[in-house]
Amino acid sequence: MTFWLVLTANSITFGGLLFLLSAGFSLIFGLMRIPNLTHGSLFMLGAYIGATFVIGMLGVKMNFWLAAVLATLTVAFLGALAERMLLRRLPGDQLAQVLVTLGLSFMAADFCLLVWGGDPLSVATPPELAGFARLGVLVFPNYRLAIIVIAVIVAIGLWLLLDRTRLGAMIRAGVDDPDMARVVGVRVSQLFTIVFALGAGLAAFAGIIGGPILSVYPGLDQDMLPLALVVVILGGSGSLLGSFVGSIIVGFIYNFGQALLPELAYFVLFFPMLLVLLLRPQGLFGRHVP
Amino acid sequence: MSGRVFALGVAFVALVTLPYWMTGVYYINVASQILFYAIFALALNVLVGYAGLVSLGHAGLFGVTAYATGYMLQLGFGHPMAILVALVISLISVAIYAVLSLRSTGIGFIMITLALGEILWGLAYRWISLTGGDNGLSLKTRPEPFGYSLSDATAFYYATLVIFLLSLAAVTVFVRSPLGAALMGTRDQARRMSALGYHVWAIRFYACLFSGLLTAVSAILFVYYTQFISPQTLGLTSSAEVLLMVISGGAGTLLGPIFGAGLVVIVKTVVSGFIERWNFLLGAIFVAIVILMPEGLVPGTARLWRLARRKRARSSKAIPGSAEAKP
Repeated sequence: MTFWLVLTANSITFGGLLFLLSAGFSLIFGLMRIPNLTHGSLFMLGAYIGATFVIGMLGVKMNFWLAAVLATLTVAFLGALAERMLLRRLPGDQLAQVLVTLGLSFMAADFCLLVWGGDPLSVATPPELAGFARLGVLVFPNYRLAIIVIAVIVAIGLWLLLDRTRLGAMIRAGVDDPDMARVVGVRVSQLFTIVFALGAGLAAFAGIIGGPILSVYPGLDQDMLPLALVVVILGGSGSLLGSFVGSIIVGFIYNFGQALLPELAYFVLFFPMLLVLLLRPQGLFGRHVP
Repeated sequence: MSGRVFALGVAFVALVTLPYWMTGVYYINVASQILFYAIFALALNVLVGYAGLVSLGHAGLFGVTAYATGYMLQLGFGHPMAILVALVISLISVAIYAVLSLRSTGIGFIMITLALGEILWGLAYRWISLTGGDNGLSLKTRPEPFGYSLSDATAFYYATLVIFLLSLAAVTVFVRSPLGAALMGTRDQARRMSALGYHVWAIRFYACLFSGLLTAVSAILFVYYTQFISPQTLGLTSSAEVLLMVISGGAGTLLGPIFGAGLVVIVKTVVSGFIERWNFLLGAIFVAIVILMPEGLVPGTARLWRLARRKRARSSKAIPGSAEAKP
């Protein structure tokens, strides 16, 4: 019984982490119509940069949350830079843009290997969340509970941003019909940069938040990117609710698959995605077919 | 045109006599690698270049064939049987691959093939009882077609060369056939082809099968060359490497992917000889080619060459022209 409860709680935690990762992926995909194949690398870069500050590799040892904010801002800036310098040069050519993100992801992976080496870094849990909580029969780490809370807060924040602000309205207009949005005076190309930076920052934030659970290692990018892809295909691109529901579903499938069918874990993970592609190509909450 | 025929003739003679002027087992092995990767690139080019469908999971299909061959040999079957079964399994898997991924085109196709490739990688990595996991599968021997042993580097090179030339001929015939023309039609104007009565889906499906068959051929050569297969071969990096061969050489051309394979294999072999940053270079080349020379090195260079020649022709013509202009 406890086994199932722990598995369920872990699934929700992992789902929350996946939401942080895939919300940005989904927005970028919805607006720019490209799967951003650097998303796993941005997650990994965020994790490495955050870990550097937390461990104090540069001689400055920092509070976990401050490190998280710094890593997020750094990677958001890098994302904006990549969009401005590279993707901007290929307007409307989605295939070329995907290939550029693929090339960048290889460069990022090798860069991380060069700078931080091949050994995994473990990030300590922030001391204020180090304990355990008792929920009935279940003993559960505080930090994992905090991840769920953070994911919910970010989800509400993003929802407010997209649904209640002028910027959000412009992003939604861009997702629904970029040409028409341009005609009525929305600077869609500027939105691209903003959304790309936002998505990159969220991915980096997920990376550092996930650090204490997953640890940071080379290949983390290739582990996370397919998960983000599955979430967005399941949930539908450009939909916040879609990425939320998709993340929770994938969190469950991933954890239960790993525990019950370790040899076929990947197959179990991708199978529902194939079902959705076959039966409902736009995803559960998506508005258009990619 | 005759210049082109002459160049191809020189290339053919150079390939056939290669073990005589490029001595050393190491170089002959590099040449074999280039040739079987060129078959792989030609296979992917059928989809990327002629069908306009960018597959990011081809290394997965490549791996299925390699694992099937290795597994059959491990079960104690002979080489002909192992190769035959591997080809059949590959065709079945590429048919499934095509049915799933051809639900979509463009970006959707990329995403589905990427996911399928990752599934195949995950199966190879995790299904340890079948694939040996990270330890991979080893092959003990190479086959001996018609009593001709391939264990020697030169012999293997010639076998690869023969299969490479046959594959190149097959791709040439395919591309110039009515089916090939129809395939390019579906790439450029799918809706119009459909209105003209062509079955667009079926044409793309046949192209996938053809591409999968060639991929399987190259994978069998690969697995006999290395005599080892591990999940790394199926990863996204491998798919991207082949895609880089196609794109750097020039997608949608017959010779481009071959040059691309040569470029990638040589850069990879030479560079990894003294630095370990091959992946960084791979990514950088990728980005540079996509941004600076999107049509690929072979067509890009051809375009620059034509441009330069036309300029020279114009400047040499301009002198008598200007003399006539003022009588």
